Amino acid sequence: MIKQMKAPSARKKQGHAAWADYGPAPESISHVKIKPRYELFIGGEWVSPASGKYFDSINPANGRVLAKVAEAGPKDVDLAVASAKEAFKTWSQTSGEERARLVYAIARVILERARELAVIETLDNGKPIRETRDIDIPLAARHFFYYAGWADKLDEAFPGMKVSPLGVVGQIIPWNFPLLMAAWKIAPALAAGNTVVLKPAETTSLSVLHLAEIIQEVGVPKGVVNIVTGFGETGKMIVEHPGVSKIAFTGSTEVGKLIRKMTAGSGKKLSLELGGKSPTIVFEDAPLYEAVEGIIDGIFFNQGQVCCAGSRLLLQENIAPKFIRLLKDRMRKIRIGDPLDKNVDMGAINSKRQLEMIERYVQIGEKEGALKYQTPFVCPKDGFFFPPTLFTEVETSQTIAREEIFGPVLAAMTFRTKEEAIDLANNTFYGLAASVWTKDVAKMIEVARAIKAGTVWGNGANKFDAAAEFGGFKESGFGREGGPQGLWEYVHFEELGTVPNSSSTEIELGTVPNSRIWKTPKMLIGGKQVRSESGRYYKVLSPDGKFLADVPLGSRKDIRDAVEAALKAQVSWAKSTAYLRGQILYRTAEILQSRSSELVQVLREQTGCDGASAQKEVSLSLNRILYYAGWTDKYTGNVNPVTQTDFNITYPEPMGVLGLVSPELPSLLALVSKIFPAIASGNAVIAVPSEKHPLAAAILIEVLDASDMPAGVVNLVTGKSEELSPILAEHRAVAGLDFSGPQELAKKIEELSISNMKRTWVHDPADWTSSQAQGRSWMRRYLEFKTVWMTALS
Amino acid sequence: MPETIAKTRRNPIHRLDLDVLRRLQMDATGVYDRVSKITKTRNPKKENQRNWLLHAASMIDLTTLEGIDTPHRVRRLCQKALRPLIDEPEIQVAAVCVYGNFVSEAKRALEGSAVKVAAVSTAFPHGQIPLPLKIQETKALVSSGADEIDMVINRGAFLRGDYSRVYDEIALIREACGEAHLKVILETGELGELQNVWTASEIAMQAGADFIKTSTGKIGVSATLPVSLVMLNAIEDFYLRTGCRIGHKPAGGIRQAKEALHWLALVKETVGDDWLTPDLFRFGASSLLDDIARQLHHLKTGQYESYDYIPKG
Repeated sequence: MIKQMKAPSARKKQGHAAWADYGPAPESISHVKIKPRYELFIGGEWVSPASGKYFDSINPANGRVLAKVAEAGPKDVDLAVASAKEAFKTWSQTSGEERARLVYAIARVILERARELAVIETLDNGKPIRETRDIDIPLAARHFFYYAGWADKLDEAFPGMKVSPLGVVGQIIPWNFPLLMAAWKIAPALAAGNTVVLKPAETTSLSVLHLAEIIQEVGVPKGVVNIVTGFGETGKMIVEHPGVSKIAFTGSTEVGKLIRKMTAGSGKKLSLELGGKSPTIVFEDAPLYEAVEGIIDGIFFNQGQVCCAGSRLLLQENIAPKFIRLLKDRMRKIRIGDPLDKNVDMGAINSKRQLEMIERYVQIGEKEGALKYQTPFVCPKDGFFFPPTLFTEVETSQTIAREEIFGPVLAAMTFRTKEEAIDLANNTFYGLAASVWTKDVAKMIEVARAIKAGTVWGNGANKFDAAAEFGGFKESGFGREGGPQGLWEYVHFEELGTVPNSSSTEIELGTVPNSRIWKTPKMLIGGKQVRSESGRYYKVLSPDGKFLADVPLGSRKDIRDAVEAALKAQVSWAKSTAYLRGQILYRTAEILQSRSSELVQVLREQTGCDGASAQKEVSLSLNRILYYAGWTDKYTGNVNPVTQTDFNITYPEPMGVLGLVSPELPSLLALVSKIFPAIASGNAVIAVPSEKHPLAAAILIEVLDASDMPAGVVNLVTGKSEELSPILAEHRAVAGLDFSGPQELAKKIEELSISNMKRTWVHDPADWTSSQAQGRSWMRRYLEFKTVWMTALS
Repeated sequence: MPETIAKTRRNPIHRLDLDVLRRLQMDATGVYDRVSKITKTRNPKKENQRNWLLHAASMIDLTTLEGIDTPHRVRRLCQKALRPLIDEPEIQVAAVCVYGNFVSEAKRALEGSAVKVAAVSTAFPHGQIPLPLKIQETKALVSSGADEIDMVINRGAFLRGDYSRVYDEIALIREACGEAHLKVILETGELGELQNVWTASEIAMQAGADFIKTSTGKIGVSATLPVSLVMLNAIEDFYLRTGCRIGHKPAGGIRQAKEALHWLALVKETVGDDWLTPDLFRFGASSLLDDIARQLHHLKTGQYESYDYIPKG
């Protein structure tokens, strides 16, 4: 057994190095002025809340009240949104250069007041001064610097696109990095020309209110940034406010789901940075001592109250005993105590509520049979402190291996092979981050690509930079912060590309026959043309009521089978070369072209449209497939300029299995417009063709079957959109759903999407034949960005 | 567990284990990050700082290694070694470190004290002479009274991958040392990658080193914190495997008291408090002592000190 070291005070008595204590090193707080009472910051003024209500902000290191903070009610939120709306008129027209100067000025002043802000943050949040001083505050300034630089070159951020601000943006931030999260939110919003109504968490309002002072001081116009303090109720008012165009939220998955539900069908743009249960994989050939340190940074940084905390440790079995010993040795060297002490590593948990939550999880961990190890520690009795905690012998089924604890609690498990490591890493409904430790670069890259997470650190942990995107896969939310993708969340865009009006290929008009050979369309599931599972059909009629065909009436079981087939196909489809995917798309276009006069005929017959528009639809569809065939090997990411000691890339990855529900018209073009960008980048899809006009899709099914498209990559399930769409929306293995259809159904779809926080798109381009229905943004739509950090020094 | 092995047991010569060498993995970015974290968050203040500085002084190998060294110069250094801090009569440095010519002189000057005499050997600093001469040189120094031998490794052999040659030389010198303790200088500034520092450390420890030392102080790059961190990790790893405690000596370029504090913190945070003793940790330095004296003065009086008030060593 490893001998446990005694608490610091006891240690003094033993050993010959008793002199070697660091002793206290308190940060001076005499230069910091915390006001007894803080008002709301609305329209550039400090405003008392209409209700006259204030709440306490507490120093979690000693439980004492630091200040009173205004609680914003509906009238205050109305006022804040109104002043943001008013300010938007001029701010959105202000030149990029001017916005850049102001955002830059915020960064400058943050740095000038870094010490003051660091102390305020530490007092209000409980995190150690070494973190606020070295990480929170400098990184907050870094984000303002970074986005200041985009303000005057927005058009260059997204080639081929014209972007414009969204309007009033509602932002709700958590208590774990108050000022930093405010910077992550405000900087890109302002750079892009939006105005802001931001609500900090109720336990940590102060640093954000001091940021408001800075914003006021540097001359950002009144109303551009409004800060409304308060509880969840206040946040809800912002989310539901009709004057708000976008909601950006960082916080728990639970609240994220509520926000998704509240905004369903509203058309508000949404970015959600939610929870995580991020894995740290340590291979036998890892740099062990650095890995130990990485785990310390991964799970004990900010007392473990980090959304991307490395809370699951996966150790290769053959090094586990040695590694656990090194880790425990290192854990005993963590210094817990007064967060204002410059030699302290871990401060207080942010609130009593959070502390109790952590304690509850630790009890559950013990009850469920995991082995607990805690370092002995001595710290102030009246604050909310919790020691570094390691659980070994954790199994995947245990609560502490599955749920986010948001505290300094690490769950360690072992694996035998690389494949098992990847499996275990992905065995979670979260997908925020991961950390991989090995000196084998090939293994590193393979594993980094295989993990479904927005950020992967290679031989590192919890590294951040404004130039590197950060955000989630799966239930960790969507949208990115940092980098150009972080800016994308704050703009409207318009495709600048043009779409030719006619095809260079002549398509024969064809004639509508009076009689033909009887043909029954099928569905396409897993590469097979099949009838519906139930054996049921529905009749498709021409506009004048003529019977055209019996079409399979798909049901939930067909969706189930299609999703299974797509899941099976997607991994190898994504792994195939982009070149091969491109070739298969080109070949599909070729075959479709050979059926073009038949398609024209079917479109005319089915919809009663004239020959010219049917011709145009078919030729645009062909062009569109060719267009995306060419994108397969071109849409890619960036190497981000972060530090010299790290190599950092952000690149797009397919989301996985997507549901695509086509509008009634244009039945072929809209279907093609969704399927082909989605599969070009490696997704597999379940498409639901136009319910009324499914016959063009029936031909597409034959074409796909005849092409080299691997089984299961494209599945087409015909039937009633109203029935099939909600099944797709609820299916937890479906990563995203692009829905065209009535507004009420769109709302329902978005409400149901919280089953796994799938991405949704429910707004069609006004005209599917226009340039807005094709382009780079459509490639972007079905991809998720992953950022990989790799150490680059020897 | 290793803890049960007596602290006094001297590191023996082990069999050369190339498998272990192949398994050592480190990551330089992580090493630099860790150093930066330690230097920012492990700074004793006031009374604690005073204690740390006094102990730092007692861990110094006070060094003169010049072509122009004379017996008188060495005597003066020895006097400084016995009373390194005018206001602190209790404190003495750990050793003086001199060229072989001056071992007897230093021994005489330090007679009756606990201050050890260390002599550089094996054609310091380059090491480019035949091995038998290195052995002969070492034996001669030991018989003239050197308590400690500071040898250099064969960097040429190391860089061409001839690890057994490096190992053999160290092991033979270790044998030649007899009771005298052996410090093995890796000259890390010439080893290229940080990974090589670990490999060289491991070879030296397997070959029976009592201490592993960073540098000769005779080339551009001497002791750095990242290099020391790698060597301390190597020491910990070796200790966990063998139960043998190997000492560490950063040397060259350490001039400021603040740097010395960083090194002590590095030791404390890695191998731990057990290593914070002159038996297991030394600074190879000369002017460091005077800056420690200045800082102690400042801690005591709140005023800044001039070198004019500190006797030259």
